[in-house]
Amino acid sequence: MTDRAPLALRMAVAGVVAFLHAPFLIILLYCFTTEDASFSFPPPGLTLDWFPVAWARDDVWRALGLSLRVAAAATGVAVVLGTLAAAAVHRSRFFGREGVSLLLILPIALPGIVTGIALRSALSLMEIPFSFWTIVVGHATFCMVVVYNNVLARYRRTSRSLVEASMDLGATGAQTFRYVVLPSLASALLAGGMLAFALSFDEIIVTTFTAGQQQTLPIWIFSQLTRPRQRPVTNVVAVFVVLATALPILLAHRLTRDDSAS
Amino acid sequence: MLSRLSTWLHVRPRIALALLLAPPLAWMGVVYLGSLVSLVVQSFFHLDDFSGLVVRRFTLATYRDLFTRAHTDIVLRTVSMAAAVTVADAVLALPLGYYLARYAGPRMRAALTLAVLMPLWSSYLVRVYFWKLILAREGVVSWALARAGLTPLLDGLLSLPVVGGPSLSVSALGTFVAFVYVWLPYMVLPVAAALERVPRSCLQASADLGARPSQTFRYVTLPLALPGLAAGAIFTFSLTLGDFVVPGALGNSSLFIGQAVLAYQGTAGNVPLAAAFTVVPMALMAAYLLVARRLGAFEAL
Repeated sequence: MTDRAPLALRMAVAGVVAFLHAPFLIILLYCFTTEDASFSFPPPGLTLDWFPVAWARDDVWRALGLSLRVAAAATGVAVVLGTLAAAAVHRSRFFGREGVSLLLILPIALPGIVTGIALRSALSLMEIPFSFWTIVVGHATFCMVVVYNNVLARYRRTSRSLVEASMDLGATGAQTFRYVVLPSLASALLAGGMLAFALSFDEIIVTTFTAGQQQTLPIWIFSQLTRPRQRPVTNVVAVFVVLATALPILLAHRLTRDDSAS
Repeated sequence: MLSRLSTWLHVRPRIALALLLAPPLAWMGVVYLGSLVSLVVQSFFHLDDFSGLVVRRFTLATYRDLFTRAHTDIVLRTVSMAAAVTVADAVLALPLGYYLARYAGPRMRAALTLAVLMPLWSSYLVRVYFWKLILAREGVVSWALARAGLTPLLDGLLSLPVVGGPSLSVSALGTFVAFVYVWLPYMVLPVAAALERVPRSCLQASADLGARPSQTFRYVTLPLALPGLAAGAIFTFSLTLGDFVVPGALGNSSLFIGQAVLAYQGTAGNVPLAAAFTVVPMALMAAYLLVARRLGAFEAL
């Protein structure tokens, strides 16, 4: 820390960070362009018209609504199952313990398309029609690992003697869970849940294979990418999505800062 | 009642463990592993050309179909793209990881980590869309190059065979840039984690012993960053192999594995061939994971 980095290195770092973040500023500018048929730069004029236009679009609202409901349901399943798995892996050593972690991480370690087409082929083999729940099942499967990782990290940091002390003092298992374990897990659960929500809200690869004709917000954006109609509306929605996901991510980052430090 | 139950379970840890594990394992076992099995099973069925229906009988016909020229081209194209993207991300991630580990103070480190984490979690699709907009023929990159008088350079690049195209937003080059952009955080984090574990004294020792900074980098930093690079490559490689959004948005008519899978399972109704196609990235990733483990990638995750 005492010495300064060479100029070339500092410039490289600044360049990489700019590469990661500058595109957002450009799309922000495009929300206000008067040109709606192309992406011409610089914009020929600036206007606020696209915000009310986007607000009035039914297809956007329907897609947003579906995405929110799917994310809520998938997060619910992932929080319950991920927490159970974390509790099991933390409290005892059993045969195949490593296998549990591997199994949970597999859906995000393998290319998303594998999970997607696997679910798709299972649905077609069993002749299950696409529905709201086929999307939720896919999402919960790859969201579980986020909750699991967060909760497991918190378990490892919480001292076991706390639970023993509570039991020694006469609390029942249920009371110990309610008054000792749950409060210590709360912020990790919240963080894991928010990350799972963000992950589900943004997912497209698996969703494409399990949604049929339904449009989640990412699928709506993708359809605008390939067959654009009123491009500035897409820009407004894109900026909204970035801002809406940034908040839970920042919050989750704050809530679990200490877990990763230890 | 509840408290009796919880006490009963507390003295019977095996049963408690089974109750904890059963729901998540049942879910993953039935939904996920079951689906993977059905995927492999499907790849041994085939599509009847005349009726357009899937024939549920064991056959290798679908795999024979996979090894025709048109399909191996798709696989080769995807794998070369994945390799190129991985190398480019490694080149971009190294300075950032090195700076984080060697020079950044605590505040700077927290800020930079967040700067890398935010895009990792924020909308991947929107970040692909960024490039559609930036690389468009009438977009900001063309404009900046024109202002700098470099339009001939851009035209030259676009007229190249294979990587070129009518504009950056419809070419292999554009696909490459967008891939590098969206997967970069996945490479930076493990590289930074690997380099963070290198004691600063190690680098100082190298300097004290007379190594130039470039030599320290070449003989000390780079080998120690290798597990991190191998870990990051798991993600950049795997994610590129299975993606259809980036080539769909920015590519031309030459397909990638992901697009082929999507097309075959969709309107074509050829789920068996789509299934056989995904066996390729699965096999490639399994092979790579074996190599990565030898490089120590799992410790760097």
